[in-house]
Amino acid sequence: MFRNQYDTDVTTWSPTGRLFQVEYAMEAVKQGSAAIGLRSRSHVVLACVNKAQSELSSHQRKIFKVDDHIGVAIAGLTADGRVLSRYMRSESINHSFTYESPLSVGRLVVRLADKAQVCTQRSWKRPYGVGLLVGGLDESGAHLYYNCPSGNYFEYQAFAIGSRSQAAKTYLERRYESFQESSREDLIKDAIMAIRETLQGETLKSSLCTVSVLGVEEPFHFLDQESIQKVIDTFEKVPEEEEDAGEGEAEPEAAPVAAGTGEQGGSGDQDVAPMEM
Amino acid sequence: MTKQHANWSPYDNNGGTCVAIAGSDYCVIAADTRMSTGYSILSRDYSKIHKLADKAVLSSSGFQADVKALQKVLKSRHLIYQHQHNKQMSCPAMAQLLSNTLYFKRFFPYYAFNVLGGLDEEGKGCVFTYDAVGSYERVGYGAQGSGSTLIMPFLDNQLKSPSPLLLPKQDSNTPLSEAEAVDLVKTVFASATERDIYTGDKLEIMILKADGIKTELMDLRKD
Repeated sequence: MFRNQYDTDVTTWSPTGRLFQVEYAMEAVKQGSAAIGLRSRSHVVLACVNKAQSELSSHQRKIFKVDDHIGVAIAGLTADGRVLSRYMRSESINHSFTYESPLSVGRLVVRLADKAQVCTQRSWKRPYGVGLLVGGLDESGAHLYYNCPSGNYFEYQAFAIGSRSQAAKTYLERRYESFQESSREDLIKDAIMAIRETLQGETLKSSLCTVSVLGVEEPFHFLDQESIQKVIDTFEKVPEEEEDAGEGEAEPEAAPVAAGTGEQGGSGDQDVAPMEM
Repeated sequence: MTKQHANWSPYDNNGGTCVAIAGSDYCVIAADTRMSTGYSILSRDYSKIHKLADKAVLSSSGFQADVKALQKVLKSRHLIYQHQHNKQMSCPAMAQLLSNTLYFKRFFPYYAFNVLGGLDEEGKGCVFTYDAVGSYERVGYGAQGSGSTLIMPFLDNQLKSPSPLLLPKQDSNTPLSEAEAVDLVKTVFASATERDIYTGDKLEIMILKADGIKTELMDLRKD
């Protein structure tokens, strides 16, 4: 993954059969702040970490409503994410207009993937530098997809993208078998706990995360700070105490506040380019 | 060679009447539910009232296929607005959007005669009245459709001062209470039904207030 003579153009193959520009675009996703999605049979929860450029600024929006039954969380170049969200909204509205019925999330992600693929095969374009976790409903229930800059997409029971997402993925891998039959509340709790894993040491506060829910009888909406804080309070006691029995797993103790020393900034790197979050 | 004329028309008139009255903190929008073509009845139970936003309700008579298309366009535009601005459209904003949408088809118009009712940004009732190509005006009350010529003079008599020279100029909004306005609407439709063959069957009344929308259904003469 270092500079070489085959990585200038997206339309140049390397001798080993790789398109480096596309892979570099996927690196951009890894630099963004974490976003997590999980789903049960009837609900999808999308959550993300709110990181602001500085204390003076507001945090970037990383979760967007596409329609009552579809939401998307992004990681990477948020500007690219915004543009793609607008595309998804427009596709959804046009479908509703023509067919008087909601667009299935499965159909939407294919169009999104095709749009991303175009950028990997035109010399005057560049790949979108954003990964999208698309959660939504169709006739068969709730679904979660991950669309990446390469134009590939996969369906997941649960997934995490962005910086320090491996910690969240480890948590999700341990718990994912229970998600399909999970209740809405348990799903939300698991999402917030997965977010906590990515914070690695920082105390989890409701101001640090954004959570959104959508379900079979529940249009897409964001949870307000109070509701999030209430869920956090059920498992995050005063740092010195052990967590209470609300947990299924034997989690390590909630790290004391002192561990969060000077670890500010988006992905822990001081030199993250301003456009990347 | 004389100019050839079309032997069919893209338009049809499905009849019906729409009325709206603006109050100090409410708006009443009413329309009959008869849909007809020529001298035949297509439906006795067709709603001509459509909610566009929390505070804006559209009622249209004319060619219902065009009305339906117009409603769909406005609904999609409203969704886009909500995505961009994170809030619902206000009634005056919707009024302008409707005007622009109608004028957009200036040379093949929507055959729709609209009355838009709702609450303005201050919470007061507002009614906007349109022609087929988007000319519009905010008024205190309005009527459109086949019975409008029977209804409008009566509303003028009840709600408008006869001459600004004789009496002090009245506020555009009616001083009537909500119950009085609903009663007036029922009276007015009952009379229009008597003489207009295209108006009748049932009367659908929507009362828009800050806390929500109430709907009432009243029977009218079915002949």
